[in-house]
Amino acid sequence: MLSAIVFLPALGALIAGLGGRYIGARGAEVLTTGFMFMALGLSIVAFSRIALGGEVVTVEVLPWIQSGSFQANWTLRFDTLTAVMLVVVNGVSALVHMYSIGYMHEDPARPRFFAYLSLFTFAMLMLVTADNFLQLFFGWEGVGLASYLLIGFWYEKPSANAAAIKAFVVNRVGDFGFALGIMGVYFAFGSISFDTVFAAAPEAAGQSFDFLGYRVDILTTICLLLFMGACGKSAQLGLHTWLPDAMEGPTPVSALIHAATMVTAGVFLVCRCSPLFEFAPSALMVVTIVGASTAFFAATVGLFQNDIKRVIAYSTCSQLGYMFFAAGLSAYEAAMFHLFTHAFFKALLFLGAGSVIHAMHHEQDLRKMGGLFRLIPLTWAMMLAGTFALTGLGIPFLGIGTAGFYSKDVIIEAAYASGSEHGMYAFIAGVAAAVMTSFYSWRLMFMAFHGPHRADEETISHVHEPPSVMTVPLMALAVGAIFAGGLFVNLFVGDERAEFWNGSIYVASAHTGEHAAPAEHAAPAGHAATEAAPEAPEKGAAHGGGILEAAHHVPDWVKLSPFAAMLLGLAIAWYFYIRHPAWPPQLAARKGPLYTFLYNKWYFDELYDLIFVRPAKWLGRLLWKGGDGAIIDGLGPDGVAARVIDVTRRVVQLQSGFIYHYAFAMLIGIAAIVTYFMATSGVTP
Amino acid sequence: MTDWPILTLVTFLPLAGALFIAFIQQETEVANRNARLVALYTTVINLCLALYLWSLFDPANPDFQFVEDVGWLGGNIDYRMGVDGISILFVVLTALLMPACILASWESITERVKDYMIAFLVLETLMIGVFCALDLVLFYLFFEGGLIPMFIIIGVWGGKRRVYATYKFFLYTLLGSVLMLLAILAMYVDAGTTDIRALLDHRFPPEMQTWLWLAFFASFAVKMPMWPVHTWLPDAHVEAPTAGSVILAGILLKMGGYGFLRFSIPMFPLASVDFAPLVYSLSIVAIIYTSLVALAQEDIKKLIAYSSVAHMGFVTMGIFTVTRQGIDGAIVQMISHGLVSGALFLCVGVIYDRMHTREIAAYGGLAKRMPLYAAAFMVFTMANVGLPGTSGFVGEFLTLLAAFQVNTFVAIFATTGVILSATYALTLYRRVIFGTLDKPDLQSIMDLNPREIAVLLPLLVLTVAMGFYPAPVLEVTGAAVNNLIHDHAAALATTATLGAGGN
Repeated sequence: MLSAIVFLPALGALIAGLGGRYIGARGAEVLTTGFMFMALGLSIVAFSRIALGGEVVTVEVLPWIQSGSFQANWTLRFDTLTAVMLVVVNGVSALVHMYSIGYMHEDPARPRFFAYLSLFTFAMLMLVTADNFLQLFFGWEGVGLASYLLIGFWYEKPSANAAAIKAFVVNRVGDFGFALGIMGVYFAFGSISFDTVFAAAPEAAGQSFDFLGYRVDILTTICLLLFMGACGKSAQLGLHTWLPDAMEGPTPVSALIHAATMVTAGVFLVCRCSPLFEFAPSALMVVTIVGASTAFFAATVGLFQNDIKRVIAYSTCSQLGYMFFAAGLSAYEAAMFHLFTHAFFKALLFLGAGSVIHAMHHEQDLRKMGGLFRLIPLTWAMMLAGTFALTGLGIPFLGIGTAGFYSKDVIIEAAYASGSEHGMYAFIAGVAAAVMTSFYSWRLMFMAFHGPHRADEETISHVHEPPSVMTVPLMALAVGAIFAGGLFVNLFVGDERAEFWNGSIYVASAHTGEHAAPAEHAAPAGHAATEAAPEAPEKGAAHGGGILEAAHHVPDWVKLSPFAAMLLGLAIAWYFYIRHPAWPPQLAARKGPLYTFLYNKWYFDELYDLIFVRPAKWLGRLLWKGGDGAIIDGLGPDGVAARVIDVTRRVVQLQSGFIYHYAFAMLIGIAAIVTYFMATSGVTP
Repeated sequence: MTDWPILTLVTFLPLAGALFIAFIQQETEVANRNARLVALYTTVINLCLALYLWSLFDPANPDFQFVEDVGWLGGNIDYRMGVDGISILFVVLTALLMPACILASWESITERVKDYMIAFLVLETLMIGVFCALDLVLFYLFFEGGLIPMFIIIGVWGGKRRVYATYKFFLYTLLGSVLMLLAILAMYVDAGTTDIRALLDHRFPPEMQTWLWLAFFASFAVKMPMWPVHTWLPDAHVEAPTAGSVILAGILLKMGGYGFLRFSIPMFPLASVDFAPLVYSLSIVAIIYTSLVALAQEDIKKLIAYSSVAHMGFVTMGIFTVTRQGIDGAIVQMISHGLVSGALFLCVGVIYDRMHTREIAAYGGLAKRMPLYAAAFMVFTMANVGLPGTSGFVGEFLTLLAAFQVNTFVAIFATTGVILSATYALTLYRRVIFGTLDKPDLQSIMDLNPREIAVLLPLLVLTVAMGFYPAPVLEVTGAAVNNLIHDHAAALATTATLGAGGN
């Protein structure tokens, strides 16, 4: 049954991809979507069995690469961490499949589209069910392939092709680190199986090895290399440039891959590898700083984007930053919780944006929207629910609110509670980003749905609510966006978290904070050594403890800060876009330096073009013409050949087949000589 | 074990087919068709025979199997044949690519069809002979002899600059083979035999190993080809007919790697250790340098040729780590590259047959009219990039894994290849397949016909199957590679003590 969760989407992809021309577009849609809903149903069963029931299951499928002591198998592993991801991936994927039936109904290549969507889901499921690093890498690259194919789905658009290649190559830069990290894991532990590696992690802590001529801490190096992969996939600062461009793909793709699932793979990786990261404090610090910086940076860029999808893309980037700094502060549970809730509300926002784009005939520029509130009220309501969840609307101290209210606030509180300097940096960056999140989210809502119409009459007269095949997924996600936080807060980050996570996340006692007892996670058999790490019980709550416990006891002003941030952002957005809607265009037209800097995304693309892309092309040409052409050929074969050709030109003219006769004679001669030598000298020795 | 000489049969059956074609009279269309059919039947039967051989092969046995040893030239140079876990896969690969080559030439070759088919069948005999020979002289004959049909194929059925390409190819290989010939003579003088099995147990003196290693290296490095003796390859590929490119990339390049595994590592262990840093450096340069050069190419075949050089860099790097993963990875990488680059050249052939140009700029938007072609090309492009789930990943990853255990510098520089390969391969794909189909002469281009599907589909299935389940390949190599590493270590130990005793 558990294997079916993973292989149903693969089957759907195969049938739709290979047999699309026989079963037709409708057949492909119904089949893949049907399979996805079956997989979703099974995932929910699996979730209750594994996450709520406390089981851990592994399913052996096939041996994969076995070479001497290097053993990699196809094995599916189901623990709580996996179960959470199963629900997220299959839930969003099933709804996106359904939504796409409506969104893509005019596209002639639908079988291909649905095959790609299911292929993506399969790869993502392989990623989250991996039992070893290499299988995780398979899923990792597999989702990259699907992402590449889907971004470039409209292959006649040059911008889509460019974005697809950029996504693949930038991800490869991250994968470069990831692959080296896996090699490092094998070097350090002689295995790449999670159980073996995690069990041996405490002994490897503090050991060092020679890396590029330096003596470095082995776990820190491995974790940083793995984190480089995470940065690529999750679009963290430095390797984020592909994500906004990826919006060239169809909008359902952006919702599924570039918001809810694939981009969170990096967070999943760090959480999965928590038994390694816990013994590499320097790596954790880097994770925190990169995450916090990304949260801040992406939010600043999101402030002034005019493309509705790009605003949400930068928002995703920023929210991923939150997840990373939570993980970096050892609050993995909070990171996973935010991943979980974020999947609902971000997919909702993207699909809502898709409905807007669909209604507006593929117009994505916010400046050409406005006043849609009356024309598509249902879509407006759905977007509103998503905005509430993203900005974290809720009532402080009562603990009632939308999804983001629970998950984002606990991360910000944990950052303050960590008490470290980088934790404080993350806290400030997180609150600042929260203000900006609220601002750009409301700006988007106000520009798209309120105020006067800015589109032409023709477009406005055609604006309509999407068909129910598109609105039903929106409503399902909206329910999740509003209620998922409140329903699951106790399990993910509350008192029941120890039983819930069931050892799939490990927090070392050193990181459990000053306020509370170390986590006492019931580890499965394979984690025996992990559990053996020193964990002296102290005073405090019996269940869990650590940074999340500390997060509950932060001062009231800290708890209020995200709420205040949200209100502040809302107020500024209201002031500029409702009260004085004429001001923003004027300010934009003035092109102040800060505006230009943010609008151009801190000039990352231009910088990379200058220091990587152009030199690579230039160098390639130089090595080809100069290295191969002038030096190697010039001194070598051409120089020699030129002389030979001078002499033999006439002969060649007389007899066009000269060259191979010559070669033939030469070789036969050599062979004859050697045979002669051998045969005669063979008598003597 | 069988009591009939199956290796001789596998090796010389194509030659019999060639003889048969030679007796076909006339130059009519019917005669041409018959020549094609005979060639196809011969190669298909030979493939079945090779697969049968594989099924009889015992993977647990690290020694040579199906050994034949018949007196030949005066008792010292015997006709010795045999395969082990390292060589048998190359025999199967050769037999597998041959029918694809014949089919790929079905319509594109219209001049001197009989001669063409004879050249290919002779080539098959010589190539399989290289991997089966257990006698140094026999090996040399096959190894150098194989070049002759290749010269002919490029020189007669090649493109405009075929004479230049053949010259260049010839000059490079001549240099290597002369040195190897001298080395073979020296080995014979020292060991008193040309039996490869005996030579594997012979310990050459350390100083001599250095010279022998260098001489063999000269020959194998050209074949591989390693940087900086690679410049013959792009020209040869560009000028060769499609099937010629397939054989060149698929099999001839593998002879260098096979040579390192059969001779350099086990026979000259000390020199192999001494020169490993040199090989690493050249491999890294090959990976980075040729990947960058591939980025700048405007000719599809040249781009794939340069990417071949880069991929062979992983092979040489893996071999000289002399670890289980490194050598397993190198062998898998060679087999995989044989399938993938062969298939890529076949893909180029498909559109070349239609448009008669290899200029990347002449294409664009083919996905619209050629969806099957686009899908096949995508799979092979991804295998070329080394995506997990394709055969390309297994070899690349294992060699890198081995390099990391030995030297992290090597691993890091070589791993940058995964970024660069993605860049050039996807850029090529985008320019040829994606975009709008707006060039007037492409408007009526046809998708794959059944013959082309029959050529590409088996390669596609194997590429993916090897990516998900490489066990059949790795099981075959396992025992022989373990044996190789063990002998290498033992040889290092004894030669070291001998050297110490002598001082």
